[in-house]
Parts: sequence; C-alpha cells; structure tokens
Amino acid sequence: MPDLSINFAGIKSPNPFWLASAPPTNSGYQIMKAFDAGWGGAVWKTLGVPVVNVSSRYGGVNYRDKRLVGFNNIELISDRPLADNLREIEEVKKRFPNHAVIASLMVQSRQEWHDIVRQSQDAGADGFELNFGCPHGMCERGMGSAVGQEPKILQMIVEWVMEVATKPVIVKLTPNISDITEPALAARRGGADAISLINTIQSIVGVDIDQFAPYPIVDGKGSNGGYCGPAVKPIALNMVKNCAQHPDIKLPISGIGGIENWRDAVEHILLGASSVQVCTAAMHFGFGIIREMTSGLEQYMVDKGFSTIYDFVGKALPNVLPWEQLNMKYKVMANIHAEKCIGCQLCYTACEDGAHQAIRLNAGTRVPEIIEENCVGCNLCSLVCPVEDCITMDRTDSGTEHITWKERVAAGTAPTEFNDERAGGRHHWVPEPSAALGKERHKTLPGKARVYAGDLGL
Amino acid sequence: MAEFFTPTTEQEFAANFAQLKPLMNRTEALYESSRCLFCFDAPCIKACPSGIDIPQFIRQINSGNETGAARTIYEANYFGNACGKVCPTEVLCEGACVYNLQDVKPIEIGRLQSYATTKVIESGKKLFSPGAANGKSVAVIGAGPAGISAACELRALGYAVDVFEAKAQPSGLTVYGVAPYKITNEETLAEMDYLQAQFGYNTHFNSPINSREELMKLENKYDAIFLGIGLGKTNALGLPGENKINCTGAVEFIAELRQHHHEIAVGRKVIVLGGGNTAMDAASESARLGAEQVTLAYRRGKEEMGAYEFEYDLAKGVGVSGLFNVAPLEIVGDDYVAGVRFIRTETINGKVSEIAGSEFVEPCDMVIKATGQAKQTEFLRLIPGLEVDGKGRIVANAHTGQTTNPKYFASGDAWNGGAEVVNAAAEAKLTARGIHAYLSK
Repeated sequence: MPDLSINFAGIKSPNPFWLASAPPTNSGYQIMKAFDAGWGGAVWKTLGVPVVNVSSRYGGVNYRDKRLVGFNNIELISDRPLADNLREIEEVKKRFPNHAVIASLMVQSRQEWHDIVRQSQDAGADGFELNFGCPHGMCERGMGSAVGQEPKILQMIVEWVMEVATKPVIVKLTPNISDITEPALAARRGGADAISLINTIQSIVGVDIDQFAPYPIVDGKGSNGGYCGPAVKPIALNMVKNCAQHPDIKLPISGIGGIENWRDAVEHILLGASSVQVCTAAMHFGFGIIREMTSGLEQYMVDKGFSTIYDFVGKALPNVLPWEQLNMKYKVMANIHAEKCIGCQLCYTACEDGAHQAIRLNAGTRVPEIIEENCVGCNLCSLVCPVEDCITMDRTDSGTEHITWKERVAAGTAPTEFNDERAGGRHHWVPEPSAALGKERHKTLPGKARVYAGDLGL
Repeated sequence: MAEFFTPTTEQEFAANFAQLKPLMNRTEALYESSRCLFCFDAPCIKACPSGIDIPQFIRQINSGNETGAARTIYEANYFGNACGKVCPTEVLCEGACVYNLQDVKPIEIGRLQSYATTKVIESGKKLFSPGAANGKSVAVIGAGPAGISAACELRALGYAVDVFEAKAQPSGLTVYGVAPYKITNEETLAEMDYLQAQFGYNTHFNSPINSREELMKLENKYDAIFLGIGLGKTNALGLPGENKINCTGAVEFIAELRQHHHEIAVGRKVIVLGGGNTAMDAASESARLGAEQVTLAYRRGKEEMGAYEFEYDLAKGVGVSGLFNVAPLEIVGDDYVAGVRFIRTETINGKVSEIAGSEFVEPCDMVIKATGQAKQTEFLRLIPGLEVDGKGRIVANAHTGQTTNPKYFASGDAWNGGAEVVNAAAEAKLTARGIHAYLSK
C-alpha cells in the first residue's frame, strides 16, 4: 500500500488532504467530524479579533444544470472569541494527536501577532498559516490581501511572527496580484517555512438582473467577494507552478484552488504542491468527499508505482516550459472517427466560426470531413465533440525534427515585418470574406420558412 | 381481473388516463435542456414537419427565457403545446436526436416544448397580435389544427377571418380524437383560447357547412375559402352484423370518450379491428376504461401493422393482446355484439389470402372498428372545379395549398389523407401564406 502521509515543512499529517481555513473549519465540532471522516489536517478558520458578519454571505456560479462551478463569499474571519477557538484546538489535538491542526491567523500590530502566535502554540497548534489573502472586507482594514499585495509589509509581518513562532509558519498568498512569486519571495525572505496558495480571487459572482445588485445581496446591495470552487483551479495550478519553478522560492507549497476530487489533488501535486487544501467541495458535498479523494489518490499511486507523495511532487514541472521553448515542428491533425460520430456537427460550426474553416459538410452524410490542408491542429473540434474519442488529434510530423521559437529568432527565421513571407498563416487557405454572406441565413427563419425560403422568396 | 378498475369519477379517470408526457417543473426543464448539444443544422428541426427551431427554444429554456422559447415554437407552429404532447416525437424530433446514435436517451423535446408553451399560456403573455387590417376576408371551414393555424396566420397578415365549425369546440381531433392520456381537454382548449385572444379571429361553432347554398354565401362574402375539413366517419367494413349494438367506429368511440370520460361504457371483452395508431389508441383506452380483455385483431402479421412500434408497446403495456393474421367475416350476436367470426390469413409475397376452413368465433361484447376514416367526398363535390385524387384527397399546390378551384385552399387531413396534428399545423401556415400571395396579386 502506498504511504499517503506527509511531513509538510515539519507538520505531519496522515494524508495530504487538509481542510482550508474557511467555514468548514469554524469549530472543533466540524474539525473532529472531518478527522473522523478521514481528513488529514485542517487549517482553523482564521483567528484574530472576532468579527461581526453580515447575513447573506455566499454566491454561486452555475453552469447550465451544474451548481456551484464557482463560488464566492463575503464572510470575514472567525466571529468567535479567541479563547473558545483555542480551547477547541486543544481538545481536537488531544483527541487527534497525529492529525495536523494549523491555526490561521490575521491581526494587525506586532504585539497582537506575538500574542496570538504564542497563545495558539500553547493551545497545541501544529503550525500557523498567516492569512495574507482574504480579498474582501478584511483588506479594507489593512489586513488579508492588503498585506499579500505589499511584499515589504508581508515580509515584515512574517519576521514578527518568526520572532516567537516555535512551530512551522505557512504564508497564505493572494492571487490578486500580477506576479505571485513576489510575495512568495518576500515570505521566504521573512523566514517563512512554507507557502499556501491560492486564496480567493476578488470577484463579483453575478448580478441579480431584476434587483440590479450583485450577489450575494445584502439588503439590496452587495460587495465584491472572494471567488473559489472548481472554476478557479486553472488559475491556482498556474500560480502553484510559478512558485514551484522559481529558483529562489524553494519552499514547500500547500496547493489550494478548485480541488474537488483526487484528480484535482494529483494535478496540484504534479505541479509542486505537497499538501492540498479543500474548502468549496466540502461546503458543497460535506466531509464525506474525502473517501473518494483518498481512495482515488491511493489507486493512482498504486497504478503509477509511487510509494509516497514525494515520488510525484512536482513531477510535471519539467514539462511546463515558456511558450518560446515549445517544439514548432510538432504537428497534430484532427481525425474524425466516422463510426463514432453522431452527427451533431458541433465540430463543423466550431471550426467554421471559431477556428480555421478546416471542416466541411458533405451532402448525404452528417459526418463532417476534415480539410487536411487547413487543419492547424488547434484541438478545438476534439474539445467540443460530445463523444469520447470520436475526434482524435493524431500526430502527423515525423517526430524527428525540433525547433523552437527561441531558436528561430536566434537563427533569424522568425517573421519580423508586418507583411513577412514567413508569417505562420501566409500559406493557409482563408475563404473570401463575401463567401460568408447569406451562408446560414435560413437558420434565422422560423419553421417551414427555412425550407421554403428559396421557393417563396420570403 | 382487469389491469385497470373501471373509473367512476373524474379523479379515477384522470388516474387511469395519466398523462404520458406530464408537465415538467423548472428543475426538470433545466436539467433536460442542459443536455441539449445545440447541434449545427440540427436533425430534430429537419424531422419536425413544422420545422420548429428546437435547439433554439431549448437554449432559451435553459437560459430562463421561457417566453422567448414559446415565441420560437409558436412562430413555427400555432399548436405548439398540443404538438409537444400529442406528436409521435419518438419517430419525429426525438427519434432524430443525435443522442440516439450514442445510445443515450434523446432529449425530451416534446415535454420541453409543452413546458415553455404552458408557461406562456398560463401567464397569458401576448406574443402576437393581428396585422393591420388589409380589408380582405377569408372563411375557414373547420376549426381543427389546420383551420385554427390558418386563422392565426391570416390574422397576422391582416385578414378578417371567420371560422366555421360543425362541432361545439375548436382544435378538431386534438380534443375529439387524440387519446386522453396524451393531452387533456382543458389544456387543449386553453391553447385555443390563448390563440384566439391574441389573433382575434371569429369562431362560429355548431355551424356545419354542407350545402351548395351555404358555400355560395361564403364564396360571395369572402375573398378566399380555406378548407380544413379533415376526414369523415369511420369506414364501413361491409360486414354482416356491423350495425349491432356495441359495434362502433374508433373515431366515434374516442370522440365520446374525450367528451364524456368515465361516463361512457366499454365492454368487458373488447375486440379492436385494425393495426394502425387509432387501433392502438382505442385498444389502450378500452383497457384503461376497465375492459377485462382487449384484443387487437389485424389481418396481417404483427410487423406489418401501420402503427408506430411505441404505440403498440403502449397498448401491450396496459394488457392488450394481439391476434394477428385474422380477417373479420361477421359480427355475430342477436341485437348486441356477441363475438366476431374470423378467418385465419396468411401473407404470401405481400398478398393476404384467407386459409380455407380456418374460421372461428372470438367471443366479445364490444367491437371497435379502427379501419380508417372516410374522405369527405360528398362535401367536396359541392365545390365546382375542385379535384380530388384517386384516394379522395384534395389536389392542391404543394407550396400554396391552392386547390383547382382558385378561391379554395386546403390543408390538413383532407389534403394529406390523414396525418398528425403537426402536419396540419405546418401545412396551414404555409397555405395561409399561399392565400396571401394569391390575394396580394
């Protein structure tokens, strides 16, 4: 059996799945329930001077019938007195000595940071996560993302914390910044033991088109919130990768953002995370999702022959390159497997209107045909095709040649002038603009008029 | 024991004749509409005789624009709600859904269609209004799917329209002929009210037109006459004993059933003669009325029946049994039906022949003849110059519906020989345009 346990910057956990600091970690009750269910660790809902929240705190993004592909909140840090939280941390640690309990912290003055770090340590927290990420409410008071966006201040606060911390310190980063590596480097300079990312993305999750107000609506008004859920995973993965690849950061990364199943977790780990944090999925489906996550991760490790998490932390990183280092000789071409095609023709209309006019329809069949000389291998058709493996992107180059943009620039073979003969699309067939006119006009007519448009001149 | 108890109240009737395509709620409509792939040049549109832009209205439902969805539907087909419920979608739009090729359940297009149309009908939201009056008028004979559809379209084009109907209610077979588990009278008539409230055509019920004098009055008063007369009574079989009590035509039986529900009586042992969709309906309906034994008797083999497979499955599902390769010779009994004398048949090279000496009597106390409807040939003879083809169908221009008497136009069963509501609705819309083109010359 593979070993799922981790030692994250000195914080031990039976598996890499932690609950992120958020509503699911608001109380000892919830965390004990989560540990009972199988979670490896939990980052306590951020401690500080307790807040007062508004009612109506969450908003969702639905895609068609799928609920909460995106989620946002305008809830603040813990609204419970510190003593209550600390007492429960102690209780949890007593009951679950081998699970990771991390205290998320957010205060203002040096004295406050010292006090809260000491008290949390005394309560038995295994480590700290400094919340420099919250992008709503708290940032208006100079905390949360307001700190994460100012590397110098971030570094200073980390230094204050390190003055008293005897347990590992994780700095949680905000994605609301143009270059995530800058605050990550500041955390390193300040002496932090690890970083975690991403916190939520500043967002308006939707607008009520009848009340003319953003969701979630508080007495007819709204405010920007923090965006999370499955939709943010791609942003998180990219930022995790940026931090993991940076030669000077060199800190363990706790990956956060859009993790809902084992697959999402593996992706974060392959890009450099060595623990993962989950919130939205637990808020949506409850703590029980952990069973699928651990069993999926375990099965993946068995299938791949990995015995520990560390066997594949960052394993995809060598394959993430700057664009200019990609092989321009690599060619794929769409291949429609007619026997699987159901004739929806989504590939046709996608390529026709959204790509390179490399698919045609032929009379007498609903199966579209690839115009090989026009196919640039963009993948679009295979992405819109609703049938598994019906359109495959097959390699057509010999696999023996390799040239990158960087090399072409160096060799002087890259286009440099506006009308350069070496333009990538120069020898590519593009239809005459006027050929578009009226091509699909019949589709705009109702009923039989479509069919008889020609006959009756309607 | 019968599969169904004989219904004695409206509630029991409604339970026995529960809607095959019940109204969706918003959640179901959202889920179902989310599955639509939004095919390019969608096969469902092509399979729809009225050419409704189905992916468009499904997308409109999905984005919460039910009113727009209803408009998309009604722009192509004024019997939008009725068609959603009574169309044989299994062989039309839903049968063409590309999901079938992937062994995935096709989109429930009919139910989505009714979901959108029911919403606007219930809200009473106006989608259309009559066009500016053009000073011309058209008489419409028959308030069925063809007649009402033509009336709507003609009103939209600015014509004054009077609809003459022999029966007491509009929508033709939708309220008099379709099986009650496909659509209720209430929802049928609600759609008719909804249309009339918007288009404002005049209706004259209990006003049969059946003499040359009456036709001449119309010819003198109106600029054009639209024939939406449908078909006539059930064909007589010419069998001995056909006039016995409890030997009835399917069309007449169903009309009674639709109007009087559980108050009509059905036999304990019913034999339905025929192999078409109406035979399936009559058989299912007999079973749902509490008949203990319902037998479908057909001259040829099972696979040669004209009925859609799903219609036969539906009948089998309520306990109807099939009796194939039998031809009726005589309805036996004294005053009342007591049985049918059959002779066994065989089909050789497509020709049915009787097997000598194979006669037998199948006892029953009711016979329903579902052996086709007669054409209205007598009435059509009253119209000078109007030609019918060898099968008694009105001859008319395929794109304009104009008959060989230029003042008369036709659509629906009387023209196509007997098809679905959707065919009549689609044809009538086209014919109204044909009338407009003719009168605009």
